[in-house]
Amino acid sequence: MAIIRTENLTHIYSKGTVFAETAVENVSIEIEKGEFVGVIGHTGSGKSTLIQHLNGLLAPTSGRVLIDGEDIWANKKDIRRFRFKVGLVFQYPEYQLFEETVYRDISFGPKNMNLSPAEIDSRVLEAAALVGLGGDILEKSPFELSGGQKRRAAIAGVVAMRPEVLILDEPTAGLDPRGRELILGEIRRIHEKTGTTILLVSHSMEDIARYAGRVLVMNKARVFCYDTVDAVFSRAEELEGMGLSVPQITRVCRELAGMGYDLDPNTYTVEAAKARLLTLLGKGEG
Amino acid sequence: MFRDISIGQYFPGESSVHRMDPRMKLILTFSYVVMLFIAFSGPSLLVGALFVIIAYRVAGIPVRLILRGIKPIIPIVIITGILNMFFVEGKAIFSFWVFSVSAEGVRMAVLMALRILCLIAGTALMTYTTSPIALTDGIELLFAPLGRLGAPVHEIAMMMTITLRFIPTLIEETDKIMSAQKARGGDLESGNFLQRVRALIPILIPLFVSAFRRAEELALAMECRCYHGGEGRTRMRILKFSSADVYSALFMAGCVAAVVALNRLGAALWAL
Ligand SMILES: Nc1ncnc2c1ncn2[C@@H]1O[C@H](COP(=O)(O)OP(=O)(O)O)[C@@H](O)[C@H]1O
Ligand SMILES: [Mg+2]
Repeated sequence: MAIIRTENLTHIYSKGTVFAETAVENVSIEIEKGEFVGVIGHTGSGKSTLIQHLNGLLAPTSGRVLIDGEDIWANKKDIRRFRFKVGLVFQYPEYQLFEETVYRDISFGPKNMNLSPAEIDSRVLEAAALVGLGGDILEKSPFELSGGQKRRAAIAGVVAMRPEVLILDEPTAGLDPRGRELILGEIRRIHEKTGTTILLVSHSMEDIARYAGRVLVMNKARVFCYDTVDAVFSRAEELEGMGLSVPQITRVCRELAGMGYDLDPNTYTVEAAKARLLTLLGKGEG
Repeated sequence: MFRDISIGQYFPGESSVHRMDPRMKLILTFSYVVMLFIAFSGPSLLVGALFVIIAYRVAGIPVRLILRGIKPIIPIVIITGILNMFFVEGKAIFSFWVFSVSAEGVRMAVLMALRILCLIAGTALMTYTTSPIALTDGIELLFAPLGRLGAPVHEIAMMMTITLRFIPTLIEETDKIMSAQKARGGDLESGNFLQRVRALIPILIPLFVSAFRRAEELALAMECRCYHGGEGRTRMRILKFSSADVYSALFMAGCVAAVVALNRLGAALWAL
């Protein structure tokens, strides 16, 4: 059974006023346990609105959200349970830091779950280690950290709740290339080590191609397509028409294939392209 | 949750009310408030109501919006009305125990309710149709004479502009931070008073931190653009009175005259 399922999910902001805006329309998707799903779409396509439904921060205007087959809005009082099950890291999560020390900030979520002090401690240390925050940083004030460290501390604050699904809204926005690599590496590590289901919202096709198994493409509040990386990027023209771009390396391979070289135009990672090019070059020399 | 407040919000538009000089709008709003308070007969208050209805029509502000703005103050209107009904002395038309309701009281209650509704609708119209920037420009220019007496008029106007500019930003930020803490299991809705106050800490601290950060960034950006207070500062938009301003002032004057005349008439009729 799918861990997350939406049925005809629609969300209209400020419904019934002149400002009414349909941000998500008729979205029906399924996410399987242990998957790594990438979510892309241009700004304003409804990505953030969609993911806030998956842990019950927003209630659907119509449609349903099911987690492990349960309608999360069946009992309003019960909604917090699903927030612990589906962890959501907002865009620019460093603005949510508030405690005196990084350690205490990370423990905010586990404390809200009413766990024992020993359990809280082990979860905080585990989460900090997963995002690569070492010993002495935990005792610092979160406001003393660098931008990238703050972001990682905020992510750890959600990871420490050990959610079954971890959703991250553009976790690399505004970071330098090194910071991006680190964070994405950590997300992959969390996925591999803990088997957590991951939903990664990103602008970067490169990141999605490298990490995700399936890709959900949002366009104008609707699902444009939801399929494997190969299937999605093979519709490169349509994606580009929507203002999205395929990975740079894919474009290079397409051009080369168009020029008559024996190269798969659907190549998404530099590694794969490199391997293919090297064999081609080897052929040419030999 | 905070987004549904409509009073004090600006709704951009192209109507002649929108294009009026903010100084004239301020003067007229003030006159309108005075007019409501000198209107003490039914017919003269109806003139007041008519004025605001016409103004809303010209401005093209939908009725729904006005109703939404007025909804939160309905209880106040009702309470004021009831108090008036019981405490105004006069010929009793209905009484029980120590209370009695006079015809005069009912009349006062209705007039008071109408007056409050007009007051809210009239002042709200100004903010609906005037951008915060234009509003503070208007205030600054109207009060400029006080500047010669040493009052920091420009600084106050600038502070108002900045405050107004940042209110929506801070509201949005509060919404975001609340969502982020809720996502970590933060619970704002249950618990006793003390627990609820404690639950605000994870929201207030990030909010303050970000407000200070924004203030610092803004100060820096202003300094980079050589802001040095109001002295010698010229304006990008020169405010000018237009024919619409003149006509609306004349219209207002006509309404005030009508109110004064109807006050007498109303009083005379009531006396009959
Ligand atoms: N809190 C809100 N209130 C009203 N409209 C909103 C709100 N949040 C987002 N929107 C609108 O909903 C649409 C989708 O926004 P969003 O879900 O943030 O898209 P994305 O994350 O893909 O950029 C946008 O048009 C946006 O303006
Ligand atoms: Mg977004």
